Amino acid sequence: MFICTAFFMHFLQDLYLCTVVDFTRLQYDKKVNRSAKVKFPENELKQKTGSGLQSKLKSGSGQETKPREEMETNIKTEKEKRKSIMKKKLIAAICTAALMTAALTGCGSNGTATDTTADTTQTEAADASATDTTAEEDTAADLSGTISLAGSTSMEKLCEAMSESFMEKYPGITVTVEYTGSGAGLESLASGSVDIGDASRSLKDEEKAAGSVENIVAIDGIAVIEDKDNGVTNVSAEDLAKIYKGEVKNWSELGGKDEAIVVIGREAGSGTRDAFEELLDIADSCAYAQELDSTGAVLAKVASTPGAIGYVSLDVVDDTVTAVSIDGTEPTEEQILAGNYLLSRPFVMATKGEISEQNDLVKTWFDYIASEDGKNVIKQVGLIIPE
Amino acid sequence: MKKKAIIEITAKCIFTLCAVLAIFAVCSITIYMFIKGTPTFHRVGVLDLLFGTKWAPTAENPSYGILYIILSSIVGTAAAVLVGVPIGLLTAVFLSEMAEKRIGGIVRGAVELLAAIPSVIYGLIGMMVLNPLMYQMEKALYKDNPAHQFTGGANMLSAIIVLAIMILPTVISISTSSLQAVPQILRSASLGLGATKMQTIFKVVIPAAKSGILTGVVLGIGRALGEAMAINMVAGGAVNIPLPFNSVRTLTTQIVSEMGYAQGLHRQVLFSVGLVLYIFIMIVNFILLKARRKGVGEA
Repeated sequence: MFICTAFFMHFLQDLYLCTVVDFTRLQYDKKVNRSAKVKFPENELKQKTGSGLQSKLKSGSGQETKPREEMETNIKTEKEKRKSIMKKKLIAAICTAALMTAALTGCGSNGTATDTTADTTQTEAADASATDTTAEEDTAADLSGTISLAGSTSMEKLCEAMSESFMEKYPGITVTVEYTGSGAGLESLASGSVDIGDASRSLKDEEKAAGSVENIVAIDGIAVIEDKDNGVTNVSAEDLAKIYKGEVKNWSELGGKDEAIVVIGREAGSGTRDAFEELLDIADSCAYAQELDSTGAVLAKVASTPGAIGYVSLDVVDDTVTAVSIDGTEPTEEQILAGNYLLSRPFVMATKGEISEQNDLVKTWFDYIASEDGKNVIKQVGLIIPE
Repeated sequence: MKKKAIIEITAKCIFTLCAVLAIFAVCSITIYMFIKGTPTFHRVGVLDLLFGTKWAPTAENPSYGILYIILSSIVGTAAAVLVGVPIGLLTAVFLSEMAEKRIGGIVRGAVELLAAIPSVIYGLIGMMVLNPLMYQMEKALYKDNPAHQFTGGANMLSAIIVLAIMILPTVISISTSSLQAVPQILRSASLGLGATKMQTIFKVVIPAAKSGILTGVVLGIGRALGEAMAINMVAGGAVNIPLPFNSVRTLTTQIVSEMGYAQGLHRQVLFSVGLVLYIFIMIVNFILLKARRKGVGEA
């Protein structure tokens, strides 16, 4: 019974350690403790029953011959032994099933542990490190401690990538990020429970009045794309909203040729969709003809479907599609930096007071973001570096 | 002598362990799905969840109705079976009753290859070939209908066609072997009584093999219901009433497409969607078990 349990626990935890990259040291310690406890009776049991299976299960080859020798001098009859083994197996099976389920659900309820997607695994790692601040301390010479961020869910990609590469450079510092939404993040900042409040919009006047300082770290741009043969290259924001609400259904209504508009968008929960709908003020009133679950899929569909319109991050637009101008403004980095292009929003990491008034850790964080490494991270996640 | 006994015991233990592993996997998956899936039914409300028609998980006032999604799964599967089973069954009849050795071999090889094609390939071909064709059809059909939302060909019908082709190999191979298992005496007796070959096939051979054929159909249903990849690529993915030219989302694609970024209750609801799918599959398997038992009883 113990053997089965130990075996499965090992397997299970190894699995978790593999998938969830940095899944709490705590968990790992637990595993070591448990297997240490379990291994003792396991060995006793092996010698008592003398089952070959157990030695097979354990990789220790030295032990393999021992039970066999003992077997020959064993007193029990074959039948009895077999019976007892079968019984043990049965009990083991039931216990293991119960244990494994408990373990599975135990971990499952611990945030979002059962995920397979890369982004959420990263979140998990970050969540995990929030509870485990001591594990990685004191390995770096100079700086150690925790920087806590909270706020916009849209900034998840950026925050995850940034904190990961930051912690690689400064192993003594732990960065924890919670995704509570822009408003909630700034509230946490105002109340002093976090060092940095993330917001995927400009700060409101009352938030600035509360002492929050707007530090724009990156700019998110969204391009509206259509297929190559479409004649309409400029759409007003109003018309764009109408297209996505399903009020305008044909390109001829916008001065194009007589071609139905195929409205393509992203799935609910996507950051791009979130931003697009928010910026056009059409949240939850869109009538999509297709909801695709990746940027690449949107690009491919728009490129191959006559009359299609879609939206993607600005950085992935290629020459298979046409990027549409909005209110006469082309979706380019220059226009976005100049503040002319509608479908862009700042990613703000707000601090209470200027950065220069912050502690060394937070200063290091902002220095890192402004460094070449930090800029690379921003580019990698498809964002624009502010001037 | 004793060495042999050890080997015997060892082997037995290994076999038992393997069997236990399978049972254990099924049990833990079942328990896990129920533990993760049921709480949301309380939080959202069973009726609101199962019979709500509005899926807006990220809205200010989120609503989590999955009725259209469930219906899309059911309609898609049913239609695929309606299209696929007759074709599959007749192919099976051809293979077991009529085909010459050489032609039969070619058809059989083709069917086996069809079964081995990964679903993403079906999806790719559906997306590149079927969807544009469907769009042409859609344009022609809805030319004068201003209320229709054009989907660019990614619709229910594409999904049904892809699914129908995907279940063919399952239906064909299981039906063929059950048709071939019908004793030759039955055929000889029928022909001897003056029945034609067609009468023999449809009145004697197929009824005699019906439990096997049913097994094939049920397995086909299971495959169609559980297919995610291909459907995700051809069906459009917007939540709509399952009409032929509407873009639809099924239980499987619902999970696939939204699990990536879903958070909080939205994520938990996706587990409930998984549970609903799992219950459907359990029902299908239960029917399968019944069908097989009946088959054994008759034989």
